[in-house]
Amino acid sequence: MSKINHEKKPLISKKIDRFFIGLASAFSFVKMFFQEVFKPPFEFKEIIRQCYEIGYRSLPLISLTGFIVGIVFTNQSRPSLSEFGATSWLPALISIAVVRAMGPLVTALIAAGKVGSSIGAEIGSMKVTEQIDAMEVSAINPFKYLVVTRTVATTLMIPILVMYTDFVALMGSFINVNQNELVSLSTFFVQVFEAISFLDLFSSLIKSLVFGFTIGIVGCYKGYNSSKGTEGVGKAANSSVVMAMFLIFIEELLALQIVNAIRYA
Amino acid sequence: MLNQDRGKVVEIRGLKKSFDDNHVLMGVDLDLYKGENLVVLGKSGSGKSVLIKIMVGLLKQDEGSIRILGTDTDGLTLKELNKLRLKIGFSFQHSALYDSMTVKENLEFPLTRNIKGLSRKEIDKRVDELLDAVGLPQSVNQMPSELSGGQKKRIGVARTLILNPEIMLYDEPTAGLDPITCMDINKLINQVREQFNTSSIVITHDLTCAKETGDRMTVLLDGQFKATGTFEEVFAQASDQRVKSFYDYNFIK
Repeated sequence: MSKINHEKKPLISKKIDRFFIGLASAFSFVKMFFQEVFKPPFEFKEIIRQCYEIGYRSLPLISLTGFIVGIVFTNQSRPSLSEFGATSWLPALISIAVVRAMGPLVTALIAAGKVGSSIGAEIGSMKVTEQIDAMEVSAINPFKYLVVTRTVATTLMIPILVMYTDFVALMGSFINVNQNELVSLSTFFVQVFEAISFLDLFSSLIKSLVFGFTIGIVGCYKGYNSSKGTEGVGKAANSSVVMAMFLIFIEELLALQIVNAIRYA
Repeated sequence: MLNQDRGKVVEIRGLKKSFDDNHVLMGVDLDLYKGENLVVLGKSGSGKSVLIKIMVGLLKQDEGSIRILGTDTDGLTLKELNKLRLKIGFSFQHSALYDSMTVKENLEFPLTRNIKGLSRKEIDKRVDELLDAVGLPQSVNQMPSELSGGQKKRIGVARTLILNPEIMLYDEPTAGLDPITCMDINKLINQVREQFNTSSIVITHDLTCAKETGDRMTVLLDGQFKATGTFEEVFAQASDQRVKSFYDYNFIK
């Protein structure tokens, strides 16, 4: 078997090698996910357990953050609109901002921190303590049991959490608008739904699915490939968060371009 | 010799394995006979664990052949390899218990994944039998974090036995344990052979464990087996100073 001789290569060349080897490894990991996800047996019990861990247990943090985002964004937007005497546009402005961008983005970033790091650390710790090897020697497919279940759970749960965040953020905004502009709940939500279109909701849903998949697969990949004992587990958790956040921002940017192209076509 | 009359369950020929420039195994030959406990001795990093990890397909050899229970492991599909893995029990150095599961769930996990259609009663009965066999029936609902090192080893052995393996591979079974617990683990290894009719390879650098559990032993040095035979044969006839030093260190000569 031919081996790459790292010793004689300059540093930049080694880094380029490492980058492409890492890219190929990540690509084959994602490919393996799609090969395994539709193949029986399906680990429904474990998927439901993961959905509970990822979805339900994230609710307190997501609720608090969504509510504060709604209040803060409303408060920050009011002075600009009031200069034009347009504070009545606040519900429409907030709904567009929350549904199109802030809801999915805030939820995904929080989930990347909370869920992504926990997946990376959990699988990384299983890797370094040979629990994954123990599954393999017992003829159990660890990829299916650990990676597929967690990635499916994040892909399903993040869109639900995003919808929940949207609702909580709009409620936060309503409380603020109600206190300052004396707008009723029904009026507020009529304006909210008038401002958003099917494309906004649909693109938000698709984007959330992609964010969820990204958080799950990155956490699993980093954990599954961790090494060097407990130090490796820490690194896996940390790089799960960093990599997932980086990819989420890139995906957000791409989604924005695609949706705008459709909207203004 | 009685064991050798029973036939080989493992036959390894010319096994080589390197990690970059580190040549760990350099043409290793090994036979394990039915019903025998074979001890592989060697210092840390000598490739003892690599040998048994290659046997169960966790690592791939660079060269050489392995025949286990009449099946050549080279070129097996994953399905075929998994079928073979069910006949091999692997007890890990640090037990590798699933730390998010209770002891009972740890034992059930390989059983329910590999044998479909078992009733709750049958599963519970098998788990209880195995916990009784390793002397820890009271630990059934404990989490791995609540167990001592020796208890973890016992549960690890019970978990591998739940699938009725024909061959047991013990990776450093006494590493990190106090002498009294080591004695208990040695007894357990012998008890497993008697009670479950297994053939075993015990990887260790603990000579007491080797003496107590091994019918035969072999010393792995510089990627090759330097001495093979009974405990007395290996150390009485040892010409290699490093083999002798194993004895001298372990028995404080």
